[in-house]
Amino acid sequence: MPPLPQSVPIAWYLTLSAILFVLGVAGFLYRRNVITVFMSIELMLNAVNLSFVTFSYKLKEVDGHIFSFFVMVVAAAEAAVGLAIILTVFKNRQTLEIDEVSSLRN
Amino acid sequence: MQLWLIPILPLAGFALNGLLGRRLPKSAINAIAAGSVLLSFLWVLKTLGGLGVFGGGNPLESAYVEHYFTWIQSGPLNIGIDFAVDRLTSVMLLIVTGVGFLIHVYAIGYMAHEGGYYRFFAYLNLFMFFMLVLVLGANFLLLFVGWEGVGLCSYLLIGFYFLEKFATDAGNKAFIVNRIGDFGFSLAVFLIAKTFGTLDFAKVFGKVKDMPVESAAGVLTAISLLLLLGATGKSAQIPLFVWLPDAMAGPTPVSALIHAATMVTAGVYMVARSSQIFLHAAGALDIVAIVGIATAFFAATIGLVQNDIKKVYAYSTVSQLGYMFVGLGTGAFSAGIYHVMTHAFFKALLFLGAGSVIHALSGEQDLRKMGGLRKYTPITFWTLLAASLAIAGFPFLSGYYSKDAILAAAYSHAPWMYWVGVFTAGMTAFYVFRAFFLTFFGEYRGELAGNGAHGGDAHGHSGHDDAHGHDDHGHGALHESPAVMWIPLAILAVLSLVGGYLFNIPKWLDPMFPLVEESPGTEWTTYVSVGFGLAGIALAYLFYVASPGLADSLASTFRSPYRWLYNKYFVDEFYDAAVVNPTVDGSRILLWRVMDAGVIDGAVNGVGKEARNLGSLLRLAQSGYVRNYAAWVVAGAILVIAVMGLAGGAR
Repeated sequence: MPPLPQSVPIAWYLTLSAILFVLGVAGFLYRRNVITVFMSIELMLNAVNLSFVTFSYKLKEVDGHIFSFFVMVVAAAEAAVGLAIILTVFKNRQTLEIDEVSSLRN
Repeated sequence: MQLWLIPILPLAGFALNGLLGRRLPKSAINAIAAGSVLLSFLWVLKTLGGLGVFGGGNPLESAYVEHYFTWIQSGPLNIGIDFAVDRLTSVMLLIVTGVGFLIHVYAIGYMAHEGGYYRFFAYLNLFMFFMLVLVLGANFLLLFVGWEGVGLCSYLLIGFYFLEKFATDAGNKAFIVNRIGDFGFSLAVFLIAKTFGTLDFAKVFGKVKDMPVESAAGVLTAISLLLLLGATGKSAQIPLFVWLPDAMAGPTPVSALIHAATMVTAGVYMVARSSQIFLHAAGALDIVAIVGIATAFFAATIGLVQNDIKKVYAYSTVSQLGYMFVGLGTGAFSAGIYHVMTHAFFKALLFLGAGSVIHALSGEQDLRKMGGLRKYTPITFWTLLAASLAIAGFPFLSGYYSKDAILAAAYSHAPWMYWVGVFTAGMTAFYVFRAFFLTFFGEYRGELAGNGAHGGDAHGHSGHDDAHGHDDHGHGALHESPAVMWIPLAILAVLSLVGGYLFNIPKWLDPMFPLVEESPGTEWTTYVSVGFGLAGIALAYLFYVASPGLADSLASTFRSPYRWLYNKYFVDEFYDAAVVNPTVDGSRILLWRVMDAGVIDGAVNGVGKEARNLGSLLRLAQSGYVRNYAAWVVAGAILVIAVMGLAGGAR
């Protein structure tokens, strides 16, 4: 693996990862469209992936890489299932407003 | 010698009749039931012959043991399926299979009209199996197996007419009362296993002999008293005798076989078998003797006034068993076993004769509705006369020998026991002959069964017994029993007359139970007891034949004692009040209402209710909005990170 340029410190990667994660959380909490919420989840996953890879590089161990691959696999599976659910919800309710899908209330 | 064949044959009969009996014809059931017991009897004879019992010499000095296989191996405790024959067992084997066979034959005639024919004989054969295991078993556990098995069969046969409430109640009573005794017996077995590390008779008794007197007394007394508790249950002694009179709810052959001749003597057999333990236990034998004499006396007084012929004989059985315990308790074990044998002859005969009378009267058991049966049932009359004389201790009949042996032992042990015993012998003669005279003398006092429609023919003299013909057998007028019933009666009558003379049990058992030296100058004890017996017979004759009104006037004069006797000293009522009702009420109120309904149901329902309450609170958190849940997740994550941070990081 070629060394990263010395000029980019580890902290920057971690800061970027944190910013991306907070963006994901905020999107998850504030957006109402299901698709957007879904994308926010993917954003959070990738933010975490980024920090995994960063730490893996810093500590010179491959565990972080392996973990990020796992996360990708799970994310792919989750995307498939999640999109299927979204499609079914839309078919049944003709809406993608997340607050209108609340029949599990109480 | 193949001892195992002896019990296995009746077991095979049980299996055949029990599994296939519904489809078999009656003749096949008869052949299997009586035949298996007959084969068993013959095998006993062959075995004993092979052991030299019928030859001269001195056979069976020590027990002949057959080991089949190990049953239980647990640490040092090793219990095998072992059968043994010694002199005591040989006597019991002959009684059980011999008398048992006669009663089986009798039952063929007696039960001919009853439903559940194959079931009856299957149970009877099963009983024979367990009884033979009981007497053959060479360790306490096998004895216990037989003991429990005969109890089970007793329960099944008492409740044979299970559509009648009183029969099932009587079965339950017998079973439950016996449980109390069996509890004592099982504790005794545990204690023996713990103390001696073995249950084999030979080893246990060998170790008892070697035990130092001072250290042994306590545990041996405990074992003896627990064994005695078991014996009082099975052999119907005070305080557990109450089940036996009720057990008469079963068919009469059952009363004869189980509740007179064999099973109820199991307690006597067990105490005699454990004689080494009792002899080395301080005070235990005295308690045996006192229990016996008290039972003999009180049961005899109750027997004086009962009106049901089977009840009279039932209390007589209790009383005679009391005599056997007196024999055991005074150290005359062989006299006790002697009385077991003669009692098996004459009491089985009394019951079978009573059954024959009941059969003749189509089910009537009340003495007040009998009378004058001598001309209708002559064979029953003569055989019952033989049995009644034998039990009354008439000179040179079987009961005379055995009762005399017991009373002589009682006299040398404690004279007051002898006097109570002699007085009881007088009462025995009285109540047996009271039943006898009421049955066979005077005028017929009942109404002819199956004849009620005619009316007016209250007396049995009008000669319908011919008019009905013989195919109406068992439902029509007075009639003598068929040959299949009276032949066993006749054989038992001969045994009752000469059995005591022919079979000198005390001499035969001498190596096991050394005879007590009879103190000189006590021949008069025999004359006194015979005198009391004859006086009892004469009194009964006076009361019930010569001047029949006397008994009633006496009863009304002594109303209060009569009432006590008639109601059996209110023992049943006392037990009801002291034990049964508190148990039932305690179960209903404390166990059912408080424990079951209150505590257990309350706890279960309470857990459910609290879960609901908690759930209804948690329900408020379920908004149904995904974003809301996500906010909780974020808040939780922040909380975890904060806590970890405050605690100093992940390390």
